[in-house]
Amino acid sequence: MKILVCISNVPDTTTKITFTDNNTQFNTNGVQFILNPYDEIALARAIELTDGGNGSVTVINVGEVNTEPTIRKALAIGATDAVRINAKPHDAWFVAFQVSQYIKANKFDLILTGRESIDYNGSKVAGMLGELLDLPSVSIIKKLEIAGGNATVEREIEGGKEVLTIPLPFVAGCAEGVAEPKIPNMRGIMSARTKSLSVIEPVEVKTFSDVISYETPAPRGQVKLVSADDPAKLVELLHTEARVI
Amino acid sequence: MSVLVYTENADGKFKKSTFEAVSYARAIADQNKTSLTAISIGDVGKDELANLGKYGAETILNVANEKLKNFVNQAYASVIAEAAKKQGADIVVLSNSFSGRGLAPRLGVKLEAGVADGAVSLPDQAGGKFIVKKTAFSGKAFAVVELTSANKVISLTPNSYKVVETGSTAKVEDFSPETKASDFTAVMKEIVRSTDKVSLPDADIVVSGGRGLKGPENWGMVQELANLLGAALACSKPVSDAGWRPHSEHVGQTGIAVSPNLYIAIGISGAIQHLAGVSSSKVIVVINKDADAPFFKVADYGIVGDAFEVVPKLIAAIKEYKASA
Ligand SMILES: Cc1cc2nc3c(=O)[nH]c(=O)nc-3n(C[C@H](O)[C@H](O)[C@H](O)COP(=O)(O)OP(=O)(O)OC[C@H]3O[C@@H](n4cnc5c(N)ncnc54)[C@H](O)[C@@H]3O)c2cc1C
Ligand SMILES: Nc1ncnc2c1ncn2[C@@H]1O[C@H](COP(=O)(O)O)[C@@H](O)[C@H]1O
Repeated sequence: MKILVCISNVPDTTTKITFTDNNTQFNTNGVQFILNPYDEIALARAIELTDGGNGSVTVINVGEVNTEPTIRKALAIGATDAVRINAKPHDAWFVAFQVSQYIKANKFDLILTGRESIDYNGSKVAGMLGELLDLPSVSIIKKLEIAGGNATVEREIEGGKEVLTIPLPFVAGCAEGVAEPKIPNMRGIMSARTKSLSVIEPVEVKTFSDVISYETPAPRGQVKLVSADDPAKLVELLHTEARVI
Repeated sequence: MSVLVYTENADGKFKKSTFEAVSYARAIADQNKTSLTAISIGDVGKDELANLGKYGAETILNVANEKLKNFVNQAYASVIAEAAKKQGADIVVLSNSFSGRGLAPRLGVKLEAGVADGAVSLPDQAGGKFIVKKTAFSGKAFAVVELTSANKVISLTPNSYKVVETGSTAKVEDFSPETKASDFTAVMKEIVRSTDKVSLPDADIVVSGGRGLKGPENWGMVQELANLLGAALACSKPVSDAGWRPHSEHVGQTGIAVSPNLYIAIGISGAIQHLAGVSSSKVIVVINKDADAPFFKVADYGIVGDAFEVVPKLIAAIKEYKASA
């Protein structure tokens, strides 16, 4: 089985998000970039599904040369090889379009993404890929089993889940439950240096959205503390002042 | 030009987030002095369909095809795109629900439309532009995005736009577009719904527990508090990682992002990754025995104390308040 895992390079989860140039640029100063946590889950499941020489796992990233440490991390975790499409990821449409071109030229049995990237949180790349390739897509899955060319997935819904069967190939966005992330071992880290990372140039495509600025949430006022002996006071404040109960 | 809103139902009933989306779509139609069509797919009764009119839909396209009874991402996207073409809609609105996240990107491609996912306020259309504010960096910030395409798809963050009753009525039309077999290769086998629970992404009030609660056996009081308030349950990541609670309750940067009216955090330290998913809550209450816990810095109300003493007292106080109300 040939699996493609889409990976994104995102600010570490502890990053304090700030902006520069009159709030038009994300301030990357001092920010550590990591493999998107959901993509780690997708990658871990892909490695499990091809365990013991039962196929290959290719990781693909749309990014400039600075994303290579993250791509090498994915190779160290256990991906077979990697592709970088050499472009700034303008928006989800741009990313999906570039990746879809690669998939059209190189057949895969399964295409996995993360449920969302933790920077722009679009949950869009999986669905756009599905539509571009005329394949089924499931945005947020919690479980993925494959047997005889068919997959059984659990999809998250509000207050429950749905179980679906889908013939391969299809596109799925992975969330927690699909697999436990894998930590690279020494052998993985050593071999990652020699695994293939091919760089290809993007194709030209029109985009439909531009981020023009950013805002940070309004700061909250001082916390009002209520005595631990008097929770009734809290109930009163929530009713009369905050008006939420 | 006109506006189309996709209305999602669960077991034949529309959700609050659907009425929010209809109200939001109505306001966008008003901005553009144009009409609003709602599309409903699945088995929804006439009375329930009529509710869409109350929030400003003028026409309701009712797709009652048996094949489309259950949600099939690909097929639903095709039907919605057909409806947009039929109505000449250049703006399609849906809720940023789990299903909405499946549909919006497919619609974006089908309609060659820019997609604004997770919008939190009405678009700014000054000067002929179309600019939408959306959540980004997992709730740590907002991105202001300009859609430059002729068609637009907007998914609305639940709990970010108030429902507005316009009191009007809508006309219902049956709509049965052609469907193609290749849209139905994914087959739904089973829906598992936990009916006794308020769904977390839609909840007005969320009661959340962290590692300070020591173990799963102590969730009884958390559950009781939630039941009393009609709240959904949530938890911090280590709590679900340890298997004390299901992953579907994990909120934060790598979990579900929520924006309820009231978020009550019990025994949660307030790590930056946790705050990312909850900081857009309107009112935050923190109960923690450590006065220096970072969560107090972003809270509106707080109690410094042992959860095992404070929560039972809080439960008693709410019961008293309810009895007197
Ligand atoms: C990549 C990554 C992603 C992450 N994503 C998330 C995420 O999405 N969501 C998330 O929640 N976390 C996330 N985390 C974890 C996060 O960093 C914190 O570790 C986590 O939120 C801490 O959970 P907690 O507050 O329950 O536990 P702790 O940090 O252990 O805090 C427990 C709190 O309980 C208090 N306490 C103890 N006993 C009592 C008592 N009897 N009464 C009252 N209070 C008491 C303590 O004072 C303390 O403040 C992520 C971490 C990483 C590295
Ligand atoms: N620049 C990128 N290159 C490759 N894959 C990406 C990129 N950005 C996002 N993805 C994939 O798409 C998923 C969803 O991203 P998003 O739609 O931005 O929330 C991520 O979890 C990745 O798997």
